Amino acid sequence: MSEKTTKETHAYTPGLKVKKGMRIRKTRLLPIDGEVTVKVGDKVNFETIVARSSILGKPYIIKAYEILGVPTEVLPKLMVKKVGDIVEENEIIAKYTPFWGLIKKYVRSPIKGVIESVSDITGQIIIREMPHPIEINAYIPGEVKKIIPKRGVEIECFGAFIQGIFGIGGEKHGEICVLVDSPDDILEEDMIKNEHKGKIIVGGSLVTLDALKKAEKLGVRGIVVGGIKGQTVTDFLGYEIGVAITGHEKINTTLIITEGFGKMPMSKRVFNILKEFDGYEAAINGATQIRAGVMRPEIIIPNEKYISEVSDREIELSKGMKPGTLVRIIREPYFGKIGTVVSLPVHLQKIETESMVRVVEVELDIGKVIVPRANVEILEE
Amino acid sequence: MIWKRDEKAIRRLPKSEEEMEYILVTDVGSTTTKARLFKKIKGEWRYVISGEAPTTVEAPYENVILGVRNAIREIEDLTGLQILSPDGKIIKPHSKGRGVDFYCSTSSAGGGLQMMVAGVIKTMTAESANRAALGAGAIVMDVIAVDDGVPDYEKIEKIRHLRPDMILLAGGTDGGTKTLVMQIAELITASDPKPRLGEDYKLPIVYAGNKDVRPEIKKLMGDKFALSIVDNIRPVLEIENIEPARNAIHELFMEHVMSHAPGYPELMSWTDLDILPTPAGEGMAMQLIAYMEKKNLLGVGLGGATTNIYSVFDGKFVRSVSANLGMSYSICNVMKEAGIDNIIRWVPFYIEKEELIDMLRNKMIRPTTIPQTIESLVVEHAVAREAIRLGFIHHKTIATRLKGALRRDRTIGDLLEYSLKETYIEMMKIGIIAGTGGLLSHAPRRVQSMLILTDAFQPEGVTKIYQDSVFMMPHLGVLSKAFPEIAWNIFDKDCLVRLGTVIAPAGTLNKTEPALNVRIEMPNGETIEKEVEYGDIIRISLEERQKAKVFIDPRGGLDVGNGPGKSREATVEGGVVGILIDARGRPLTLPSEEDERKRTLLKWFSNLDAYPKEIIEKWEGEINE
Repeated sequence: MSEKTTKETHAYTPGLKVKKGMRIRKTRLLPIDGEVTVKVGDKVNFETIVARSSILGKPYIIKAYEILGVPTEVLPKLMVKKVGDIVEENEIIAKYTPFWGLIKKYVRSPIKGVIESVSDITGQIIIREMPHPIEINAYIPGEVKKIIPKRGVEIECFGAFIQGIFGIGGEKHGEICVLVDSPDDILEEDMIKNEHKGKIIVGGSLVTLDALKKAEKLGVRGIVVGGIKGQTVTDFLGYEIGVAITGHEKINTTLIITEGFGKMPMSKRVFNILKEFDGYEAAINGATQIRAGVMRPEIIIPNEKYISEVSDREIELSKGMKPGTLVRIIREPYFGKIGTVVSLPVHLQKIETESMVRVVEVELDIGKVIVPRANVEILEE
Repeated sequence: MIWKRDEKAIRRLPKSEEEMEYILVTDVGSTTTKARLFKKIKGEWRYVISGEAPTTVEAPYENVILGVRNAIREIEDLTGLQILSPDGKIIKPHSKGRGVDFYCSTSSAGGGLQMMVAGVIKTMTAESANRAALGAGAIVMDVIAVDDGVPDYEKIEKIRHLRPDMILLAGGTDGGTKTLVMQIAELITASDPKPRLGEDYKLPIVYAGNKDVRPEIKKLMGDKFALSIVDNIRPVLEIENIEPARNAIHELFMEHVMSHAPGYPELMSWTDLDILPTPAGEGMAMQLIAYMEKKNLLGVGLGGATTNIYSVFDGKFVRSVSANLGMSYSICNVMKEAGIDNIIRWVPFYIEKEELIDMLRNKMIRPTTIPQTIESLVVEHAVAREAIRLGFIHHKTIATRLKGALRRDRTIGDLLEYSLKETYIEMMKIGIIAGTGGLLSHAPRRVQSMLILTDAFQPEGVTKIYQDSVFMMPHLGVLSKAFPEIAWNIFDKDCLVRLGTVIAPAGTLNKTEPALNVRIEMPNGETIEKEVEYGDIIRISLEERQKAKVFIDPRGGLDVGNGPGKSREATVEGGVVGILIDARGRPLTLPSEEDERKRTLLKWFSNLDAYPKEIIEKWEGEINE
């Protein structure tokens, strides 16, 4: 009797996107309302400012009643400045001069700012710093497609798009420079030279700590590599990452790993795309957020080489897994191997751990294997 | 019952409780949406089947409904029962062989309910407010207090960056000073905190402080925030009144937070009960067990992102959450906080530290994968012990006596003990330990989860150990809001797995010598007598729902509940594992020498039949090589 199988399943983890040509749209938003500085149809470059605003300054709380030595309810009568006044740093804002002026007590502003409140209950004065300007840039070169009033824009370009699995460091751009011959090669310190300053360098299966340090010292903007040892990340940052929410590290070189931790050859598809676009300008972002919103690091290589092959459908939301689907195994004992789905047995099966789990049958180079469905990801073509 | 039934929700139903046939409950978790189908079979409510699918709250989906539908479709596939209409809605009520009669849900997607808590005195009102927020199922991002020693500018900086879903503000006793609570209110207002899920709505604030300050609070905060005023959490120092704040948090969670999350307005229109935060559902389930069994309870919800610890001790319910200790997203934080050596100490085979670090880091970045080899299973079990151990240490800092309360009935001895021990939880008085969460439910052998819970909590005396069969405590918790009897019936029959009972003396001995004698009068009339050596753990079969009388005689300074060296008689309940006699001492320590440590672990695993025999023998062989 043949095993009952499912034709297609949606209960799996979506894979990382790796495309040599696609329409890429990025939303660039201010954290608060402000002014959009471009209009629909404008051509922008990596660093074009697209929106700006100003953030409310920090408030400073002054326990004025303590300084003046008076009950809280008296404070409003002792104010020299009133709510809404702009005051300079060190300027007197309240004073108390009892005994015909023999005793003089002053409250001075610690900053340049605006008096926001004076309370007769707490005896506190709150002064707010002047607003700070903030700007956001385009991040990718392309065309402004949509304006989100007061908040930002959507920018579109064509190009290659590669999602990594984990990264550190924020948005950068620079020329792609592949430093290894094969995805199995290790990126070593001596491969990185002065000429790589300002570039995004590509390694194979591993990057060493010395290579990372040298890259940062020389001003390399980014490193893309298959794997890295967990301990190397800790040694490089000087602290251990506990939860995968990254992107704000204070480092000059953004790092993106495409496969996982340990020595892991970069997938051939990713490597071939990076090789094909060696010398092209790319935008990268190491920001990764796995909890509460999956955000993976990305490499965007704007170009129009494959524009004719790009379909108009921008997001394919629910492509299912079915026999013939190309998958990658993402846990031991077949970690990193790529194969084709043979069947999706309906019933739970016992695996080595003795767990009963939903499985998928995959054809690998070593033959057919049974793997928990949770341990494969679809390779998006 | 311990809580009020949601009568309003029940009245809205088209069918009476007696007429209902199918109930569907979902939990929209941070990773997975888990649907559970319950059915009335021969007049009795039973669990039927589960369907699970990845949660779709985030981009590119940004609609939680898609994941809920996918999970329900799995149930449809497996049962043949049509639940969704062609336009993708739940068919209600059940008729002509289609649909369900009742649907409700819990949710922790998108990071759950994230709160900030503020009070005047750190160890009094701020601590009570913290307990209230945790009890409501929140992750408390930060606690601020007037006297916490943090300069105002740092507090402001924190509040500006946190972006909480909600703030709970307490402070002052009723009729007490107004100044300090207004100071903290001014500080929050000036910091201008923004809600996490968007700028377009007002941040909800629950005020549960000095009632005399309400007019000033309204004036200061009424326009800027969605302000809700409830009874004071500490009306006088001797009383902690958490319930009103907890209820207000749940209401605001629905009205203000959930309604802004992607897809939730539609989900809310589907449910017959308010959506509860997942840990609130789980907490209700834990209280239900303690209430029905009339025992003190310790519970753990070991999740992918967080570890929730619950205690019901002398009627008092407390929840703590270690927001960054978990088995998937936060697995590396367990490694960071416990230290790699503390994880490796539970691993009985050779593994390079670097390899272990990479293994855990790979689990962090691919959190939904599951172990396929025994080695990776054992490593995850090792991390689980440490996550629970750390979570329990944290819990004991929350489950503390009320500080600032004057008690005239205290003796000098009491005072001395109070100053030494902050927590009121005494392991010897814990009657039940209950565990839930994917790792425990999915443990291939039940004895594995019993051992994990025993190693992590280190029960003393006589303690029953439970876990859920399939992850459904939050489901039954939320269902108990409408139908407590139905929920308990399913709980008792299909959810609670009675693992067995642990008998463990407290204290230590210096060397390997007999630690205790145990005589067990089995239900079949047979008498089993065992002498257990110090450092050993053994297993005696006693089936689920069977009871046996035990006479425990500890040696020397060891204590099983009646004092050091004193014997004890007890009735113990069996379970799928049976009785564990754990003479490894408390606190439990492992040998420091590596091979000896591995041999000790393997002996324990072998005694309990915790992992496949041939694997244990293979690892033993590797040590001897």
